[in-house]
Amino acid sequence: MTGERERANRRLTLRIAAVAVAMFGFGYALVPLYDVFCQVTGLNGKTGGRAAATEAYAVDPDRLVTVEFLATVNGGEPWTFRPAVARLRVQPGRSYVTHYLAANPTGRAVTVQAVPSVAPGLAAQHFHKTECFCFHRQDFAAGEAREMPLVFTIDPALPPEVGTVSLAYTLFELGETRAN
Amino acid sequence: MTTTTAAHAEHPEHGPARGLMRWVTTTNHKDIGTLYLLFALTMFFVGGAMAMVIRAELFQPGLQFVEPQFFNQMTTMHALVMIFGAVMPAFVGLANWQIPMMIGAPDMALPRMNNWSFWLLPFAFAMLLSTLFLTGGGPAGGWTMYPPLMLQTGEALPFVIFAVHLMGISSVMGAINVIVTVLNMRAPGMSLMKMPLFVWTWLITAFLLIAAMPVLAGAVTMLLTDRYFGTAFFNAAGGGDPVMYQHIFWFFGHPEVYIMILPAFGIVSQIIPTFARKPLFGYSSMVYATASIAFLSFIVWAHHMFTVGMPLAGELFFMYTTMLIAVPTGVKVFNWVATMWRGSMTFETPMLFAVAFVFLFTIGGFSGLMLAITPVDFQYHDTYFVVAHFHYVLVTGAVFAIMAAAYFWLPKWTGHRYDERLGRIHFWLSAVSVNVLFFPQHFLGLAGMPRRIPDYAVQFADWNMISSLGGFAFGTSQLLFLYIVVKTIRGGARAGAEVWEEAHGLEWTLPSPPPYHSFTEAPEVR
Repeated sequence: MTGERERANRRLTLRIAAVAVAMFGFGYALVPLYDVFCQVTGLNGKTGGRAAATEAYAVDPDRLVTVEFLATVNGGEPWTFRPAVARLRVQPGRSYVTHYLAANPTGRAVTVQAVPSVAPGLAAQHFHKTECFCFHRQDFAAGEAREMPLVFTIDPALPPEVGTVSLAYTLFELGETRAN
Repeated sequence: MTTTTAAHAEHPEHGPARGLMRWVTTTNHKDIGTLYLLFALTMFFVGGAMAMVIRAELFQPGLQFVEPQFFNQMTTMHALVMIFGAVMPAFVGLANWQIPMMIGAPDMALPRMNNWSFWLLPFAFAMLLSTLFLTGGGPAGGWTMYPPLMLQTGEALPFVIFAVHLMGISSVMGAINVIVTVLNMRAPGMSLMKMPLFVWTWLITAFLLIAAMPVLAGAVTMLLTDRYFGTAFFNAAGGGDPVMYQHIFWFFGHPEVYIMILPAFGIVSQIIPTFARKPLFGYSSMVYATASIAFLSFIVWAHHMFTVGMPLAGELFFMYTTMLIAVPTGVKVFNWVATMWRGSMTFETPMLFAVAFVFLFTIGGFSGLMLAITPVDFQYHDTYFVVAHFHYVLVTGAVFAIMAAAYFWLPKWTGHRYDERLGRIHFWLSAVSVNVLFFPQHFLGLAGMPRRIPDYAVQFADWNMISSLGGFAFGTSQLLFLYIVVKTIRGGARAGAEVWEEAHGLEWTLPSPPPYHSFTEAPEVR
């Protein structure tokens, strides 16, 4: 009788412990699920890390959208990093060129990477970049300053309630440039 | 007879062993329950002392007593200590004491694991509290541990994370024990729908723990590897996303808040029928309401993070599901009120705390509903309104229920009646001061005072001073509780088996204090 109960207890214990272990795994499974979910829905303001195909859009001459350019340097590094213009009024469908300025104040050669984010998040899938410094790591020599280009088009399919799109870049230092 | 004598000779440890080792090696559910409760009481005062530091600093605008960094360590540690050290272990202690007695079992199903799950806690909290003495101090990024801020913690970070791991393992083991005990160890005739509501709410809480705690363990492990092993789960430079931490954290965090309130619902559902001298109104609806709340808790997490930027559809989904929780919760509140309706009520201390729970928890529920409204949450987010809300549900909710339970079952556990007059004084001191403490924080929050900041604009000075005075009064009042508990353990009027007039339930059929092994013969359940 007691042996039977002990067996039943052990069986149930192992089952519940397996659920607990599975839930630990589920926590990790949330990471790829999150990425897939964001990719499918385009929710989190991430633009693709690749150049968009150059497409010919029908330009809507009556509509103007404000694009705001923002720049942040991660973790208080002493870098200079700012957009050449803070704000552009653009026509959806037309291609525009602007650039960001970055300067390496340190006495070392440093590699940096800019990570973009678009707000509102849903506008990200309508923000097409044909060329961007954020697609690649950027190597800076000691004390080097340069302009980094950005070519983009706003898709005319951008929902009509969106009047302003903010494009924010955060500059991350990846460490000293390795000699190849 | 001879066979039993022989069995006893072979197992001399049938009473409690003597000396300190009794408590270290015990596998007895009552001993472990006592250890959990005493540990929770200790942590309640440790966390309370931190709250006193916070309220002293906020007594006046400007920086008075502590460095801002230390202030933030206090808010962070206060939360971690109170949640994982006081409220959760107190509920596990109550479960250990009561569940076997309430379902007619001799002990918990897994007594050795029970011992282990308790003894992890002192080590976890020694480690957590020791971080206050490290260079750079303890964690100061808030108990929610959001990256990237939390990753800037000094040497304390790995200690905090391992402490959280240990707490998680402890509570998962406690939960496994509860589930196995409830499902396998019930006395014959004790069907699931005859179980006392405290057992039901704990069973459901245990499932929440099994599902939620491992997710927290995963989230903090990711923090650890992000900091020390070069992963980039939450690091945007490596393709990660700090917002994802918030999703994973609150996927644990929202069930967690119900882990801290469902057993309180169970306690109140035991106490109110006893002192209204009527059976609980709507027993089965209580069970289903608890289960619905538990289910809903897994699909509302993003209401903690409306301001991160979510599409309208997401905000509407999380707003509506959050508001939906008010329905089963309302069922419970109305059932408690209906139980009291035309009952022959008396107001001994447990009942006072239980009635105050129903009233004050409902206030916390209503401010929760206000916070659920997405457009206004943008105004309330991270203000003292949120602080007021969760202290109403956790202090006047969970803590009041734990105190009610302590007064309710203390005579059963010790065999002594507590001092009723002192108990009532303790109740009234607590009930008045807790409202002086937390109610003004609603006004501060609505006026825009942010949380977790040691200084504030002068227009917030008056209500902060009042709130601090209430805080000091509430903190001091709890010393009276300590005195009452110690006094009751040491002696007092003898309590009979029934303790409370016409109390129902198997635990009241046992003498007070109950024998070391409760039901060696399965009781008859009618």
